[in-house]
Amino acid sequence: MLWEVDIFAAVGQPDMIGRDTQADAVDLGFSQDLKIDFARGYLLEGTLTRAEVQQLADRLLADQVVERTEIFQVADLPVDPEIVYVLPKPGVTDTVAENARRAIRDFGLETEAARTFKKYRIQGLDKSEVDRLTRKLLANDAIEQAFYGQLGFDRLQFGAPYQFQLITVPIRAMKDDELETLSLKGQLYLSLTEMQTIQKHFVSLDRDPTDIELETIAQTWSEHCSHKTLAGRIDYEGPECENFGSHHLFENMLKETIFAATVAVRKNHGPADRCVSVFSDNAGVVKFDEEYNVCFKVETHNHPSALEPYGGANTGIGGVIRDPMGTGMGAKPICNTDVFCFAPPTMDLNELPAGVLHPRRIIKGVVAGVRDYGNRMGIPTVNGAVYFDRRYMGNPLVYCGNVGLIPVDKSFKQAQPGDYIVAMGGRTGRDGIHGATFSSAELTSESETLSGGAVQIGNAITEKTTLDILLAARDRGLYNAVTDCGAGGFSSAVGEMGEKIGADVELAAIPVKYEGLSYTEMWISEAQERMVFSVPKEKWPELKALADSEGVETVILGEFKPTGRLHLKYNGVTVADLGMSFLHNGRPPVVRKAVYKAAPLEPLTLAAPGTLPSQTRVSRGVSFADDLVAILSSLDVASKHWVVRQYDHEVQGGSVVKPLVGVKNDGPGDAAVLRPRLTSRRGLVISCGMNPHYGDLDTGLMAASAIDEAMRNAVAVGADPATCAILDNFCWGNPDKPEVLGSLVHASCVCYEMAVGYGVPFVSGKDSLNNEFRPGPGQDPIAIPPSLLISAMAQVDDVATCVTMDLKESGNVLYQVGQTKAELGGSHFSLVRNLTGGQVPTVEVDLARRTLYAVHEVIQKRLVRSVHDLSEGGLAAAAAEMAFAGGLGVQLWLETLNVLVPTEAREKLLAIPGVRDDVVYDLLRLFAESNSRFLIEVAPDSTAEFEAVFAEANVPLAAVGKVTAETRFLATGANQATLIDMPVDELKTSWVTPFDLGGDYKS
Amino acid sequence: MKPNVLILRAPGTNCDEETAYAFELAGATTEKIHINRILESPSELGRFQILCFPGGFSYGDDIAAGRILANQVRHYLSDVVASFKDAGKLILGICNGFQILIKSGALLADDQQGAQATLTWNRQGVYTDRWVHLTVDKTPCVFLNGVESLYLPIAHAEGKFVARNDTILDSLESQGQLALRYVPEDNPNGAVRNVAGVCDESGRVFGLMPHPERHLDLTAHPQWTRLRKTADDPTRAGDGFVLFKNAVEYFM
Repeated sequence: MLWEVDIFAAVGQPDMIGRDTQADAVDLGFSQDLKIDFARGYLLEGTLTRAEVQQLADRLLADQVVERTEIFQVADLPVDPEIVYVLPKPGVTDTVAENARRAIRDFGLETEAARTFKKYRIQGLDKSEVDRLTRKLLANDAIEQAFYGQLGFDRLQFGAPYQFQLITVPIRAMKDDELETLSLKGQLYLSLTEMQTIQKHFVSLDRDPTDIELETIAQTWSEHCSHKTLAGRIDYEGPECENFGSHHLFENMLKETIFAATVAVRKNHGPADRCVSVFSDNAGVVKFDEEYNVCFKVETHNHPSALEPYGGANTGIGGVIRDPMGTGMGAKPICNTDVFCFAPPTMDLNELPAGVLHPRRIIKGVVAGVRDYGNRMGIPTVNGAVYFDRRYMGNPLVYCGNVGLIPVDKSFKQAQPGDYIVAMGGRTGRDGIHGATFSSAELTSESETLSGGAVQIGNAITEKTTLDILLAARDRGLYNAVTDCGAGGFSSAVGEMGEKIGADVELAAIPVKYEGLSYTEMWISEAQERMVFSVPKEKWPELKALADSEGVETVILGEFKPTGRLHLKYNGVTVADLGMSFLHNGRPPVVRKAVYKAAPLEPLTLAAPGTLPSQTRVSRGVSFADDLVAILSSLDVASKHWVVRQYDHEVQGGSVVKPLVGVKNDGPGDAAVLRPRLTSRRGLVISCGMNPHYGDLDTGLMAASAIDEAMRNAVAVGADPATCAILDNFCWGNPDKPEVLGSLVHASCVCYEMAVGYGVPFVSGKDSLNNEFRPGPGQDPIAIPPSLLISAMAQVDDVATCVTMDLKESGNVLYQVGQTKAELGGSHFSLVRNLTGGQVPTVEVDLARRTLYAVHEVIQKRLVRSVHDLSEGGLAAAAAEMAFAGGLGVQLWLETLNVLVPTEAREKLLAIPGVRDDVVYDLLRLFAESNSRFLIEVAPDSTAEFEAVFAEANVPLAAVGKVTAETRFLATGANQATLIDMPVDELKTSWVTPFDLGGDYKS
Repeated sequence: MKPNVLILRAPGTNCDEETAYAFELAGATTEKIHINRILESPSELGRFQILCFPGGFSYGDDIAAGRILANQVRHYLSDVVASFKDAGKLILGICNGFQILIKSGALLADDQQGAQATLTWNRQGVYTDRWVHLTVDKTPCVFLNGVESLYLPIAHAEGKFVARNDTILDSLESQGQLALRYVPEDNPNGAVRNVAGVCDESGRVFGLMPHPERHLDLTAHPQWTRLRKTADDPTRAGDGFVLFKNAVEYFM
């Protein structure tokens, strides 16, 4: 019997989800007259009486103080045309239903199955509009199904038993076009050369492969798992550069640029080198203190998030948390980071191509997905950023990072021959089939239907309980190695762990969520929350007992056997037998061409006849006030409080500098500081740097600027630059296009130069290519702008020396550190004035390095009351942010602030549309985005000592103003002309309000 | 006597370590024990003087925050928890722990019509992390002994305190059981009468939404960099410490 329990807000209580859904629908352009009422509910299948169901409804499923319930037998319900039910598709993780069944057992009752649902009563729309609303807002076809009027079923289906049948693929007889079809239709996404290599291998073995063998090879050789493009051969032509000339044949591009930089930096640091394990484990490991190391990994989950934002982001953060968990013998996750790139939430629904979700929906889903996983795991999310560009419409970027703390003596691992292969954590289902190969392919408007299975839903509590057992087992020494199941599932995890040994696996031992999975599905499923261990046989009983004691499922899958082969069986029947050497070294090298030419320097010009963007809320007669307001209210710069406040950024108790700082806890902090060990004063600093707007003009300068920004953000809160380590995450378009790949190689070459120049090692990285979206057959793909995220991790000896960016006291002196140049290319001034061209900010790395160390020195000497780095919007934006964060005012006098303009490009650099020639210098002083600059507040009695440090370091320094008690922003320029004069409160309002998408419908 | 504190863990508990640290800093000994051990052997509770339900998302907060663990307490542990209370011992629930206490009936007993009060979805409909100023009523609450005001962070989605009716509220208020209040302009979730924490009639069972264990050290204060001189004194405790100190001193 199938029971339906509907749960409504009680009389007098708000129907929040109904209200929010209605508001979202109106925002999307649906009729103002529509009305939406919401009920959540449960379908319970089993031999329950009405009285029993009523008891469960009253005592378990609903909260009688604020909710009321209605109970039906599904078979009795008539059609109601105003009703839409939304349910997770069969097989999609429904943790609430699973836990409800478990809690029902605590009542002494049993169910055969349960499912949650959402039920909407929609009034004021016709049928086709209801259908459109459902598709656009209520249900996501990738994971959910909608039922109109009534459910139309009276049983919950959960798969049929699987009938084993060994499948072989007659690859030896295939012609090239058949190989290509097989690669595409089978979602292997391998090139013809790769398919031919596989064919040749099996011809030499005198047999055809099984389906699972082909799948295993495709997973292992996927871009996602092997990084074959960037770690491959690249014939590159680009601008002359010191280390690679203008034409270079890379054997392994990443190894010769990013890794090589780390090797050089470590050598230069000598005994002061802090790297422990880099580019070899699941996360990069560096020293923290005598007893602990820290490790950091940042991943992207772009393609899944495009299809199902909540699930994609949810499993993105869930997946990256497993990287530190699977680093060394397992690290304890201590903080998360998140950086997102979206199309503007203000886009018109009609502008969107088919198959693309509205940016608002993507943004809300992504933010909620990260929130619900990170918060449940009890890991503070401490740092991040959000960037906007229309080109992220079909391809949002979701970067998720995690830092772990690991004992020094647990930082390395080694699987041993004779050990059991043990799986722990979540069960295996059809979720995430082909995630690895899919993430290496271009999205199309049909990706949703083609790859729906690639979308996964996480269960944070399964991961948390697995983590609890992992840490306890680690400290008891119950295993020799651990790794996470990520892309490629068991196929990749077991394949990697056993690469140097060999592995025998019995697939029928894999615990499944429901019946019907084939042996191949079990092997390549990317179901979440699974870890793989190498466990000595004599330790197995203790590990099993430990896991059982807290309800964590763990099973033996097989054994690492010293055969050099991957041998898979299903109930004893061999289904795969592959040489590890062919699997890991048999892939033919990918050779690609790459060319890069930075855009030539052009004067700033109006992109189109344009005015200030509509979000400008304040209008002032004074010359540059409107520009400052427009910059502060632009989406990239505007406050991210709507995101930050949804994340627990203080759990684990060690928060020192929070994402939002200042007298009202709402100013934009430069970086996060936390104490990972509550008994110690040592701090960990986390920051990031990114600017996709620069990359359109020069990807090399974009990379240099991102590294500089990440480092100066860390140093601005007090980090010691000598302890800094960085991570690269390249998100790019289609590398088959030489100019796309060239722009990435150029950025990598500059990364080398910068890392060596700053003395900062790269310790981990990841790339995501093919971020292109084809709106329809035959149409040109839309590529994202080149997007390089640099994440930084640094340390501070004593957190009591940390500083924040909010102004502290009137009468203090404001200094600008660093050199302002005529650099407005890709700047926010250009963005709000609709200008193209100009010079992208450059980095003079020797000076940049000296600047960072000098700033650190004055902070350590306690000469700094507040400091903020200059980034988007330049000096003016930084000063405004410092003022409103501190609840104080500023006076800036900029007449004498030096601006460097190279004589050879003078004409091109000084022509700014709409600005009189004599005020161009003032404008550059306010808004240029030159790198390696800070604005610092110093008490009057500290100025002499402060100035001496910068004189000694030969770093440009200028007193540019003072802090005032009156909360006005006043800036004067050449000839004492007033450039900006307006109340700080108005600037603050323009910054606080633009990015707030309200409550959400996904609880 | 140095009290022994049971920090009760469940699937999804995630503030157990810092809460144990807080009690230890205040001079107690602590043991973090999984709910499954207590369900196997409820008499284990007898070894402890303080029972603490720390923050987190027990069982994912699936169905409703704290609901599943609260029902386990109702079904299997109500007797031992009642005798724990009757023995004059202390029970503390922080955030998810408060949600568990109130939904299990261990804090406010059910009347004929069921639960007297609950913690439900924040007015704004989303999880919220922010700092709030709090004031203390005249109250028998042991944990708040001598405390007038506090500055602590909240981090929850379902923290809005709601009672079934005003009569219940009036009665609780008159007995000092609505012990901890948000200052009105800082009410972060729409809780009725700005209630942030509730104790039982004895004052020995207390649940609160804010996280005192997150403000043990002055550098946790969101504006500590504006108070430069005091930040240099690492021995100066943050506002949250006093709750743990009061609990420990109750047994000294």
